[in-house]
Amino acid sequence: MAGSGVSAPAAGLDASVEVTVGALHLDVSLEVPPNEIVALLGPNGAGKTTLLRVLAGLEPLGRGRVLLDGDVLEDAGRVRLPPERRPIGMVFQEHLLFPHLSALDNVAFGLRSRGVSRAAARDRAADWLARMGLSDRCAARPHQLSGGQAQRVALARALAVEPRLLLLDEPLAALDASSRVEIRRQLAATLESFTGVQLLVTHEPLEAMALADRLIVLEEGRVVQAGSPAELGARPRSRYVADLVGVNLFRGRGVGNQVALPEGECLVVAEAAPGDVFAMVHPRAVSLHRQVPEGTPRNVWTGDVESLDVEGDRVRVRVRGRIPIVSEVTAAAVSDLDLGVGRRVWVSVKASSVSVYPA
Amino acid sequence: MAALAALFFVAPLVGLVWRAPWSSLGRELASREVRDALSLSLLTSTVATAASAVFGIPLAWVLSRSEFPGRRLLRALTILPMVLPPVVGGVALLLAFGRNGLLGQWLDRAFGITVPFTTAAVVIAETFVAMPFFVLTVEAGFRSVDQRLEEAASTLGAVRWTVFRRVTLPLVRPSLAAGAVVCWARALGEFGATITFAGNFPGRTQTTPLKVYLLLESRPEAAIVLSLVLLAASLAVLLGLRDRWLGAV
Amino acid sequence: MKDVDALRDAMRRRGTVHRLSAAALAVSLASAGCGGGEDDRTAADAPRATITVFAAASLTESFTEIGRQFESSHRADVAFSFGASSSLAQQIANGAPADVLATADEQTMQRADDRVARSVTLFAHNRLAIAVRRGNPKTIGSLADLARPGVILVLCAPEVPCGRFGAQALSRAGVDVRPRSLEPDVKGVVSKLSLGEADAGIVYVTDVRAAAGQVEEVAIPPAHNVVARYAIAPLRDSGRSESAKAFVQSVLSPSGRAVLDRAGFQAP
Repeated sequence: MAGSGVSAPAAGLDASVEVTVGALHLDVSLEVPPNEIVALLGPNGAGKTTLLRVLAGLEPLGRGRVLLDGDVLEDAGRVRLPPERRPIGMVFQEHLLFPHLSALDNVAFGLRSRGVSRAAARDRAADWLARMGLSDRCAARPHQLSGGQAQRVALARALAVEPRLLLLDEPLAALDASSRVEIRRQLAATLESFTGVQLLVTHEPLEAMALADRLIVLEEGRVVQAGSPAELGARPRSRYVADLVGVNLFRGRGVGNQVALPEGECLVVAEAAPGDVFAMVHPRAVSLHRQVPEGTPRNVWTGDVESLDVEGDRVRVRVRGRIPIVSEVTAAAVSDLDLGVGRRVWVSVKASSVSVYPA
Repeated sequence: MAALAALFFVAPLVGLVWRAPWSSLGRELASREVRDALSLSLLTSTVATAASAVFGIPLAWVLSRSEFPGRRLLRALTILPMVLPPVVGGVALLLAFGRNGLLGQWLDRAFGITVPFTTAAVVIAETFVAMPFFVLTVEAGFRSVDQRLEEAASTLGAVRWTVFRRVTLPLVRPSLAAGAVVCWARALGEFGATITFAGNFPGRTQTTPLKVYLLLESRPEAAIVLSLVLLAASLAVLLGLRDRWLGAV
Repeated sequence: MKDVDALRDAMRRRGTVHRLSAAALAVSLASAGCGGGEDDRTAADAPRATITVFAAASLTESFTEIGRQFESSHRADVAFSFGASSSLAQQIANGAPADVLATADEQTMQRADDRVARSVTLFAHNRLAIAVRRGNPKTIGSLADLARPGVILVLCAPEVPCGRFGAQALSRAGVDVRPRSLEPDVKGVVSKLSLGEADAGIVYVTDVRAAAGQVEEVAIPPAHNVVARYAIAPLRDSGRSESAKAFVQSVLSPSGRAVLDRAGFQAP
């Protein structure tokens, strides 16, 4: 053998997944390094849960491969490790704790299934429950636990087996609003010390932003965008992501210093990129006026107020016009401008406020 | 309406108690044949229930989870003994295991084993009529298990047998208990298939229902006494089986 | 309590025999296949009465025939309930609504007690015979042969008359047997033989005749044989005592006698 030394197996998850389940055709490739929390985002039916189930081994691959830390978990048509032989841990939306076992025995379940003695398994389970702050609930049955407590036990149960791949399928979705915030904090704290690959599915953008280091957006079975929350915020690449981040997104052809929009309209921009481009405008950069605005904004048009959404001390105003757009103004401005549904307003957007990037 | 239903069940039982010859109770009970009939019945019905469980649990599992051609036929065959008049069941058993029966012939030639007229025949007859009750109950139980719990168990590293043993079975325990009770009760009361397939011989194949039937001809008071004993034994089992085993987890 | 109905049905002989559970309590008896019910095919006067006759199982074929003759010559229909004499008598003692009782032994008639009108008549004798499987594969020729190892013997249970008599015959012949089963009635013995599960059994001569083709007969010498004395009596308080008495007369009449002879009964 040549003396260059054997390279260490690539750590993390390396998966290319192609599968058809019902009407959904999933075709996704992802590489997730360990120690990084990756959130899978997307509208309902996008395939997030399906992807997780395939990675867990609960659904078979149509085509593709799944490697974890260099080990083949599945190679379509040739190798398929069943879930019990994969070094995984999974947390489900409805905790799915075993109703006939106590919290302690639930957490110990995975260890005992893997051959650990009853006493040792229960000891380690007790440790985990202590870490979750649930030592006093060891003997409780799942139906005696609150939603938040149950989900924490479920997390402990998944982590107790020391998985190398942790899959979380909308773990906070079934909790009520107040528990959600608290459990989210605890989840973040616990995952801090987890050294394997972590994949979290959620449809709550706030949750994704708060927990994840990186986001992968799935729509209709395909990855439409991946990146850090900041990247996604700065350059959304789909309506869904734009809505997630809360910005206006247009798609068109860059021509000179304009972006030609499909309906025949144009946006004047500071620096156009040629070809197929996205044009992003933050709602705060959209100004509303009672009359034709003075000054030099290059993008000006009239429209009717379609809706007003109050969010704290700011208001999101949706304006219907030749270019439908959302503006964010202060509550004070709303009363100054005497804005109401159906009111006619003037919209202005500075050319420099339009961010243009290739599609 | 419910009161009428209750009365319907209670009245015959009260009748039994009322007509019982309490004074000669002890003497009747002490007779060898009565004791033989009782112990034989308890033995055979318990063995029949055990056999029903051993064969019935896998069958119920397959019926509840697998999709295969002929599944509906299999389920119909499983329920068949329930709708068959027991004597017809007994005749069918003879045609299968009798001296000239399909399997009986082979058993006789190859091993010299004849089944009819033996205690084993009693167990077979009782199992034949009672197992469908067990299977139906447990099948329904398996169907009601949340399979996602089984998936969760496998993600935790449990192989299929462990999932079955530590998750599925405990979750169907109420159905197992209920099924066993119904099965045992049916086996205990079986008459037609037993008399046809196993015959009647004290100590060997004379179960309590057979003994009661014959006593009715000669010594009706003894028949009442024996019926009461069977009633008491059944009540004891039913009351002993607590609600929580039959009800929620 | 038990599905004796089905038990009987399975042992149905040829013909339209209609038999009822012997262990059933009084309630079920009243609805036992009423043969005719109301029928004004005769003269336009009184409607036809139906009399209920309880008779021993071994009288099934012959009484059904006599009943048919009776119905065509009298303005009454007959409904039968066949079963073990002892349980029939028991039922009557319990108040079952019957008009005539015919038992396979005098002793049993006494069980019906005070329901029986004074005129009890012995009307037939029946003897025992050995019934063997078709073809007599074990070549049974006598009571002694029944004790041979390898012979699967089925007898009536000692609780019923046929069983008692069979035991008497065997003890008269000095034979010790180990039966495989003690059936609750003769039809049970016959069915085990016809299904091929047993090699031999002891039943009444009339049963062997009734099952001709399914079983064969081996005679029991008179020295060892036991005579069953069949008794018949109309019952008191039946409300149809005229018709009941007429039926009894029918049985005792020459034509009734002929039917019984054909079945294998002997004159008393």
